[in-house]
Amino acid sequence: MINIFEVNETNEMIEKENLDVRTITMGISLLDCITDDLEKLRTNIFNKITSKAENLVSVGKEIEHEYGIPIVNKRISVTPIALVGASACKSPGDFATIAHTLDEAAKKVGVNFIGGYSALVSKGMTKGEEDLIRSIPMALSGTSLVCSSVNLGSTKTGINMDAVRLMGRIIKETAEATKDSDSLGCAKLVVFCNAPDDNPFMAGAFHGVTEADTIINVGVSGPGVVNTALKKVRGESFEVLCETIKKTAFKVTRVGQLVAGEASRRLNVPFGIVDLSLAPTPAIGDSVADILCEIGLEHVGAPGTTAALALLNDQVKKGGVMASSYVGGLSGAFIPVSEDQGMINAVEAGSLTLEKLEAMTCVCSVGLDMIAIPGDTKESTISGIIADEMAIGMVNQKTTAVRVIPVIGKTVGERVEFGGLLGYAPIMPVNQYSCEAFVDRKGRIPAPIHSFKN
Amino acid sequence: MKKTIITVVGKDAVGIIAKVCTYLANNRINILDISQTIVQGYFNMMMIADMNDSSKPFGDVADELEQIGEEIGVVIKCQREDIFNSMHRV
Repeated sequence: MINIFEVNETNEMIEKENLDVRTITMGISLLDCITDDLEKLRTNIFNKITSKAENLVSVGKEIEHEYGIPIVNKRISVTPIALVGASACKSPGDFATIAHTLDEAAKKVGVNFIGGYSALVSKGMTKGEEDLIRSIPMALSGTSLVCSSVNLGSTKTGINMDAVRLMGRIIKETAEATKDSDSLGCAKLVVFCNAPDDNPFMAGAFHGVTEADTIINVGVSGPGVVNTALKKVRGESFEVLCETIKKTAFKVTRVGQLVAGEASRRLNVPFGIVDLSLAPTPAIGDSVADILCEIGLEHVGAPGTTAALALLNDQVKKGGVMASSYVGGLSGAFIPVSEDQGMINAVEAGSLTLEKLEAMTCVCSVGLDMIAIPGDTKESTISGIIADEMAIGMVNQKTTAVRVIPVIGKTVGERVEFGGLLGYAPIMPVNQYSCEAFVDRKGRIPAPIHSFKN
Repeated sequence: MKKTIITVVGKDAVGIIAKVCTYLANNRINILDISQTIVQGYFNMMMIADMNDSSKPFGDVADELEQIGEEIGVVIKCQREDIFNSMHRV
């Protein structure tokens, strides 16, 4: 039988070390909503989302209450809208009306975010996909809960540089369109290489076409728990360090597996995956950067950072894999800047640069995340940053992403406040040399040699 | 059997266990195990209870126990056992 020490350990994780389930995300396929009549399509989408997710929030709260574990977000992901709207939408403006429908449906069921205003264009773009991409600034400035993502490359297809070039412009336009709120629209927009179909985390969640009609995916979190465990083994060998991370990740993930199973049972929706993540928040003690410091760095960005992060990411996966029956999504340590107080401190101390962050993305779960850059950064420079990140993902057969925020009207030395879980960020300097001639080339970068495995 | 873990943490005082046990008895909740310790000067008790015959749903019991805790100046939490089993048993 469970003993008092085990009970206390779990409750201390929850109460003092910010252990929580970061999100229950319900994936909903909208493929059966498709019609060539835009009004009918919007009605179908609204009805499907509001009926399937009707009880998502109340069931989430019920589970929180019964198990005493906070579930921070309840979210929805849908089939990429570029596919769903292709037949009915004739222009970017038509697509933007679907964003409003998603927003209304999300508000009706009470979720925190809805993801899937997305296009998958890793090899080429259809007219519908291009229209959706062009509508993103309009869609994100006119809605509050909609998140957008675009997959620009993959190990199998290479990188669609035409789409990379376009996204540089779209990110700038989104920043302009939401400049009254410090370009917040860009915090809800992410570009990917090797985007997973079952990611529960925003802004990049969408319900892939390989998925079932409806599915429950869960993202766990617990940087504070790992950090507290590591404090107890300070100065010990790498073996002890790694074992401690693994054991802690196992415990954290088991809670995610339990919550996923319960949510799936109570909502009568199949369980998809648990995303084994260390997802930080700006709250003190909920930081991935603090773990890296506990491993032995004065500040994130110091030499050794990439190795420490590689070790952390790998042990989180090794510990988590056995704790869950199905693992998926992004799975690993997230390294967003604005959402992690330790990362913010490292930037402000001058220890962490964009280039070091790029190196870190080779070994973390995703990529350049929640990084504020000067508002006058050129479109082509943003495309260059994206291309670099996509190349890392393509060659290393991993998911990489870019979520940068060119904050209109602000520059290096200033700071931007997003509020809530998105936190605040110092504006980071960007390399000033041009990559325009590179980005202006048409076409795509071919898939790497090691993708040909057949 | 759906087991429930009830934890009570706070400053030690006369009658804490009596108060909680009376409430459980009144609501037909059977206590299977009790352990108690003092952690850093704080009263710390854990009960394993069987709520199968409970006269009230889980949510109400949790809320009312929390309320009793507030009245006597301790924190009372009521959680399903599964979360602890999941975390500590392979």
